[in-house]
Formats: sequence, structure tokens, C-alpha cells
Amino acid sequence: MPSPHSPLKTYLDHLERGELAYQFSPEAGKPVFYPRVVCPFTGSERLEWRVSKGLGTVYATTVVHPADGAPFNVALIDCDEGFRLMSRVEDIAPDQVKIGQRVRFRVHRPGGEEAPCPVFVPAEGA
Amino acid sequence: MDGLKRGSAAIVGVAESDLGHVADDLSVIDLMAQGTKRALDDCGLTLKDVDGLFSATSQSRLSVLALAEYLGLDPKFIGSTIVGGSSFEYHVAQAMGAIALGLCNVAVIAYGSTQRSVGRKQASLREINPYETPFRPFMPSSAYALAASRHMHEFGTTREQMAAVAVAAREWALLNPVAWEKKPLTIEGVLSSRMVSWPFTVRDCCLVTDGGGAVVVTSAERARSLRKKPAYVLGCGQSITHASISGMPDLTVTGAQASGKAAYAMARLGPADVDAVELYDAFTLNTILFLEDLGFCRKGEGGAFVEGGRIAPQGGSAGSLPVNTNGGGLSYCHPGMYGIFLLIEAVRQLRGECGARQVPDCEVALAHGNGGVLSSQATVILGGEAAL
Repeated sequence: MPSPHSPLKTYLDHLERGELAYQFSPEAGKPVFYPRVVCPFTGSERLEWRVSKGLGTVYATTVVHPADGAPFNVALIDCDEGFRLMSRVEDIAPDQVKIGQRVRFRVHRPGGEEAPCPVFVPAEGA
Repeated sequence: MDGLKRGSAAIVGVAESDLGHVADDLSVIDLMAQGTKRALDDCGLTLKDVDGLFSATSQSRLSVLALAEYLGLDPKFIGSTIVGGSSFEYHVAQAMGAIALGLCNVAVIAYGSTQRSVGRKQASLREINPYETPFRPFMPSSAYALAASRHMHEFGTTREQMAAVAVAAREWALLNPVAWEKKPLTIEGVLSSRMVSWPFTVRDCCLVTDGGGAVVVTSAERARSLRKKPAYVLGCGQSITHASISGMPDLTVTGAQASGKAAYAMARLGPADVDAVELYDAFTLNTILFLEDLGFCRKGEGGAFVEGGRIAPQGGSAGSLPVNTNGGGLSYCHPGMYGIFLLIEAVRQLRGECGARQVPDCEVALAHGNGGVLSSQATVILGGEAAL
């Protein structure tokens, strides 16, 4: 069976709707991210799409200092469902992003030709 | 590695091409050919003897074809595995296997880069990763910076400890006449330099130079008839854990644990047997991670291990460990894929050719290559006749 959509397109369609989607491998009982056509744990093509609750924890963080422009955050976020993704934490100074900090997903829409992407904001107590 | 026979092949010829900022319009294949000629001269072989050819570079998609044409070769065996800076350590294992099978007898492994002359952006194709690129990480620095943040968080590693790696590399570089950097560096100097991707300043990051080189691998039997003392390949190991940093299982543990374990097992040696340690120091954190993962200290203790000049040149004082004796990617040369230079320096240390930076009584040397963003790890353990 040919794939009707690329995994990337399905992922981006969810983001357009304001959802952070990931895949789940029922045979491995584990989440899969980034989205794929073959499960890296079992080799199976059976992967279910799920929508994350959008809560996670900062796993690693850096502040990029570009030659031009203001420094900005880049972080790896461990989502509560058990998958990790690259993102950034917004609404606080980039150097105030701390490992272990609780964060909540929101969709960032750059506009124009650029696809939406998942960013995070502090979620104290979550 | 299972299937490879300890000591069955040796590196017999090594050479750098021109380094630093090479003449205008020299191509990467010019540099590969220059390194090849010099490495063959080093051991007394000629192009007619070469029947195996390996190469990798970010600036030529079909580099082994280009190099074969350039040198007028139709090799019986070729390899162009390209997994970043560790590619050449992978090539050593492949050449060793090919030689053992009789697929070739004299293999050249070559590298060239003009990334300083042409600019870093021109030197390597920018790949879009739809799950990372939108966040504008400054690659590869930000990937290693993320790993550093995790090491600091879990083990209390400090920026000063990472800076100590850069300072030690600089001290070694000052003993190497062909090193790019010529001025002393202090911990304060590292910390106060321009921030690139926290916690790294520009002095935590490798140089951006041109350069290239080659090594010649042949059977142990043939090696004994050549000009220079053979550097026998005692152990090889490799491991791939991920490609992009968001796919790395644990940012404080690299595939060097697995590659080192395999190489030590094949060599029937351990870290205590290694006299000179050549580690791929694309960033200061790397040296700390690889010292841990290759068993020179325990996990999490790499930061404390490098303090107090322990890996700096000290003339073999008690407790010290000679690490990155050429000055490393941080202070000697880093054209983008540094792995060939680890092999060149390890061989020269075993031969006793290193002048002011020579490690006394060097019988076993370890070259550990890293590629991608801590992605592809490959360890090669080399030894002289006494270590066989």
C-alpha cells in the first residue's frame, strides 16, 4: 500500500490545527518521534497517530548568540508521553530556561511560506 | 571488531597536506593528492603500489572517483564511507578487512578540505531537518552545547573545567610547529571570549581551517619491509547512536563506550595501557565525554579529571595523561572532518617523531573519531612492535 501522506505532512496538518502529534507503536508499546513510516523498535509499519497533552520538561538547553540579532533559546523537551523533540521556550529570557523546568506546548505560526512549529512556555505547577 | 585479526595490518605512512589557509584555488582533491604523495614518500611506497583507495570530504560528492582519476589509479578496492569526522577511523577497519581478504594490499585513506578558504557555508551542504531547523540551532555547536548543558546539570561540570580542555590543547599546540594557534590561552581567556552557543564561547569550539592528509595501510607482513616503524592496528570499534541531536538517547553517554569496549577487547588492552590519547575535540566537552566513555575516568568525573593541567604537556609527570598531543581540533587544525589527523598524530607518537611534544616511551596510542553531532564514534588502537 502506498502511503497516502508523508509522516511530515500528517504532523504539520496536526500543528495547523494547534495539536502536537506523535506516533505510537502498539507492538513496542512506545512513542515514536520524529514521525516515520517504519517503527524503529519493531520494523513494523503499524504506527498510530496520537495527540500530546502538550506538557513536558526541559531536558537540555542552550542560548544561541547569532552574529546579528538577539540571543535566543534552543532546547530539547521531554514530553510527558515519553518522546523528545527540539524546540524553544518562549516568554522568558533565553538564559532563564532551566533543565527540569515544566513547560507547555503552543503552536508558533511564522506565517508566509513557513510551516508552523511547536514551541513551549513555562508551566509552573503543571 | 569481530572478524578482524589484531595486528594483521599496520599504518605505515602518514602525512598532512598543506594546512591552515592554503593557496587560493587549491581544490580538496589537490590536497588529498598532496597528502597521498607525502604519505607514500613517508614509507617508501609509490602510487604503483596502491590498490585500495578510501576518501571522504564534505566538498566532493564522488571524491574517491575524483581522487582515483587525479592519481591515475584504478583501485581494486574503494571505500567512501562518510559519517562525519570519524569517517577515517571507519576506513581503517574497512581497509584492514579488505587487506585480510586479499581484496587489496596497500590502501590509501585521504582527506581534504578548503573550508576556511571558501567559507564554512560553501564547504558543506546545509541539510534541512524539518524537526530541528525551524528552531535555528547553530549547528553543530548548539548540538554539543545541549550535551554540555546536560553534563553540567547531571554532574556539576563547570565552564572552567571545559575551558581547561582548551587551555591544555593550546599548550600542546605551542609545541607543534604546524599548529594554527601560536599564542598562549588562559581559562579566563576562554570564558571571556565571544559566546557562540551557551555554554560555549568561540574558544570552546574547534578551529575553522583548511587542511587534509592521508594514511597508508598495508598488511603487517609488508609493513615490516618498509622504511618506518609500523603502527600496528591492534583494535577497532565503532558505534552509531543517532544522527540528529534530538535523537541521541542520553546526551551524557556517547557511542564511544561501545566503540571503545570493542576496540579494547580486540586489542586485549585497557585504558591503563594507552600512552598517548588522541580524541576528537570538536568542542571542549568532547574531550571530557570521551575520557569518560573510553574509561580513562568514571562517568561524570571528566570535568574534575581535566583540571590542574592533567592532560596538558608535562613531560610525563605522575598522574598526567597526554591527550591531543598535536594541539587538537581546538588549536592545531580543524578543516571540518578532523579524524585523519588523529591517526597521523597517533602514528607519529608511536614512531617517536614528535619532537618537543613527544610522549616518552610511547608504545600504544588511541585515536578516537567522532562524527555528526556525537553520532558516529570509532576507536582505533595502534601499537608498535613491543605491543604486538
